[in-house]
Amino acid sequence: MGYLLFQITLFAYVLATGGYVVYFWSQRNDVRTTARGILIGAGVLHTLYLIVRYIEAGHTPLTNHHEAASFFAWSVTWGYLSFHWRYNVRNFGSFVSPLITGLMLIATFSSREIIPLPPALKSAWLPVHASIAIMANGFLALAFCGGIMYLLQERELKNKRFGLFYTRLPSLESLDQLNSHCLAIGFPLLTLGIITGSVWAKQAWGAYWQWDPKETWSLITWFLYAALLHQRFTVGWRGRRAAIMAIVGFSAALFTLWGVTFLLEGLHSYVG
Amino acid sequence: MSAEKIMILGVNHKTAPVEIRERLSFSSDPGTPYRELKVIPGCEEFCFLSTCNRVEVIFVSPTPEETEKKIRDFLFDNSMSYDEAGQYVYLHQGKAAIQHLFRVGASLDSMIVGEPQILGQLKQAYRDASEQNAGGMILNRLMHKAFSVAKRIRTETEIGSSAVSISYAAVELAKKIFGNLKNKIAMLVGAGEMAELAAQHLMNQGIAEVVVANRTFERAVNLARCFNGKPVALEELIPQLEHVDIMISSTGSPDVILHSKDVKPLMRQRRNRPLFLIDIAVPRDLDPKLNDLENVYLYGIDDLNNIVDINKAERDKEAVHAERIVSEETLKFMLWLGSMEVTPTIVAIREKADAIRKAELEKTLPNIGSLSDKEIKAIEKMTSAMMNKILHNPIVYLKKDASHKDKKVKLASIRNFFNLDNSE
Repeated sequence: MGYLLFQITLFAYVLATGGYVVYFWSQRNDVRTTARGILIGAGVLHTLYLIVRYIEAGHTPLTNHHEAASFFAWSVTWGYLSFHWRYNVRNFGSFVSPLITGLMLIATFSSREIIPLPPALKSAWLPVHASIAIMANGFLALAFCGGIMYLLQERELKNKRFGLFYTRLPSLESLDQLNSHCLAIGFPLLTLGIITGSVWAKQAWGAYWQWDPKETWSLITWFLYAALLHQRFTVGWRGRRAAIMAIVGFSAALFTLWGVTFLLEGLHSYVG
Repeated sequence: MSAEKIMILGVNHKTAPVEIRERLSFSSDPGTPYRELKVIPGCEEFCFLSTCNRVEVIFVSPTPEETEKKIRDFLFDNSMSYDEAGQYVYLHQGKAAIQHLFRVGASLDSMIVGEPQILGQLKQAYRDASEQNAGGMILNRLMHKAFSVAKRIRTETEIGSSAVSISYAAVELAKKIFGNLKNKIAMLVGAGEMAELAAQHLMNQGIAEVVVANRTFERAVNLARCFNGKPVALEELIPQLEHVDIMISSTGSPDVILHSKDVKPLMRQRRNRPLFLIDIAVPRDLDPKLNDLENVYLYGIDDLNNIVDINKAERDKEAVHAERIVSEETLKFMLWLGSMEVTPTIVAIREKADAIRKAELEKTLPNIGSLSDKEIKAIEKMTSAMMNKILHNPIVYLKKDASHKDKKVKLASIRNFFNLDNSE
C-alpha cells in the first residue's frame, strides 16, 4: 500500500517536472497552471505517503536514506509551494521541480526496508531533530536553486549575450531577495536543528557535542551560512557572492546529510 | 512668393562643439531671442528653435541676405566675425531650407535618427513664436507642414523604432537588474536627445528621482527642470553615485569621466546595491573595465543597439523612404509658395468660381426642358457676367499695390476667403 502510494507520488512529481520544463521552453501560462496543479497534487499524495509510512513503521519515518530523501523532497515541495503563495518568481518551478524529482529518485533507489529502531534513537527528539534539520535543508535547497538562477541571469547581463535565460528568469533583485528570504527561514531552522540534535545527544550519549563528523560538518555548514548572513547585514553582501555562497552552503549541507554517512565513520553513521 | 525669402541659419551637433551651441541657446532667458530678432529689419516672420543639439533660426525676409547677417551677429553676440562664425553654422535658403526643416522635424537630422523628442521641441518653438507674435502666414504653413511631414514619416516608415527601442531596451535591462524601478534614482550626465529620451522612459516607469549633472551648472538646472529633477555640478558626480542606481552618460568629453577605480570603493558604501551604467557618449565616457566590478552593469550604445538588433540595411531602407517623403512634401510646399503670388491667386479664384458656375449649369439646364442653343448661350453669358462682377472687387483689391507685408496679409486673407488651399 505504502509502496504503491510512493510510486504514484513519484510519477506525479515526474509529470510536474515535465510540465515545468515544457513551460520553461514554451512560456505558456496554461502549461504552468497545469504543472503547478500536478505539483500540489504530488505534495498532497506525498504527505499521505509519509503518514502511511509512519503507521507501517510504527515510528517517525526518518531513520534511513529512503525516508530522509523522501522527506527532503517533501520539504522542498512544500517550501516551494509556500513561497509561491507569497512571491511570484518566474520559472522558479522549472529549477526546483527537477531537484525534487532527483531527491525522489534517490529515495526510490535507496532501501525501503523498515528496520527496527535502535535504542539510541527511541526518543521524542527523533521527529523534532530530524524533521527540523531536513526542513532546513529544504529551504537551503530553494536558496540553492535561486543562486543558480541568479548566476545564469547575471552571466547573460554581464556578457550582454542574451540567450535562453534573459527573458525567462526574473530580475536579479528578486532572485537576490529570494536568496535572502530562503535563508531567513532556512538558517534559523538549521540552527534549531543543531541545537535540538545537541540536546538529544546529551540525552542519548551523555554529551552535548562530541565532534563526530556529522556534527562537525553541520557546524561547518552553519558557519558558511552564518558568514553569508553576517556579511549581508553588515557590508551588504548580495547578488553574485550571496548566490555562490548559497550554492557552496547547500553543497556542504548535502555533504553533511549524505557525504558524511558514506565517506566518514561516526555516531550518526547508522542514521540517514 | 519666392522661396528664396525663406532661410534657416543654425548650428547643430555636427557643425559646432557644445561650447558654441550652448552660447547660442539662450536657455537662461528664452525671451531674449524674440525681443532681439524682432527688431532686425526684414525679419518679418521667424521661429527660434533651441535644443540640446541644435540652435536654429527659421525666418522669412524680403532681404534674406542682409537679415541673415544681422541675425548671425546677434547669435554670436559679435564675439567673432561673420566669416569666423561661418565655420560653425549652416545656412539654407529656399527649397533647401524647407527640406532641412522637414528633415529636422522628422528627426532625420538628429544625432539619433528617429528619436521622437525633436518634434515636440519644434512644436514648442513654434508655440513660443506664435505667442511672441513672431509668426506669419508663410511660417505658419511651413511649420504646420513640417509637423505633418514628421507625422507622415512616423506612420509610414519604421524610422522611429530604433531610437525608441534603444531607450526601451535600456529600461528593460534596468528592470531585469532592479525588478521594480519605483524607488530608484537615475542620474543624467551631460545632455543629448537620446539620453533625455532614456531618462524620460525611466520617468514613465515611475522612477523616484532624476539627478542631472552637467559641466555647466546652469545647464544642469535647465535640464533638471524638464524632469523635475535635482541639478548637481559635474564635480559631484562620484559622491552622487553613492545614491544613484542608474546613470546615463552622454557628455562631449574627449576623455573617460568615470574610472573603474573611482567606483570600486563606492560599492562598499553603496552596500553593493547594483549600479546600472549606460554610456551613450562617443567617444565613451565610462571606463569599459567598470563592467568587471561586481554588481556593476555597464552598457554602451553598441550593446544597446545589439539588443534591439535592428538590421542596419532595414534602417537604411527606411531612411531612404523617409527622404523620399521629405522631397515629395518639399515639392508640394514649393508649389504652394509659387501660388502665393497675385496672378496665380487670381487665376485660382477664377478657376474655382468657373468650376462652380459650370457645375451648377450642368445641374440646372437639363431640368428646364428644351432650350435652343441661343438660349443656352445667353444663360451661360449671364452666369459668367455675374461671376465676373462678383469677383471684380476682390481682384481689384488684390491687384492694388501694397507694401510687402500688406500684400502677404491680403493674399492670405483672400486665399482664405475662397478656401484656395483646401484647409478645412
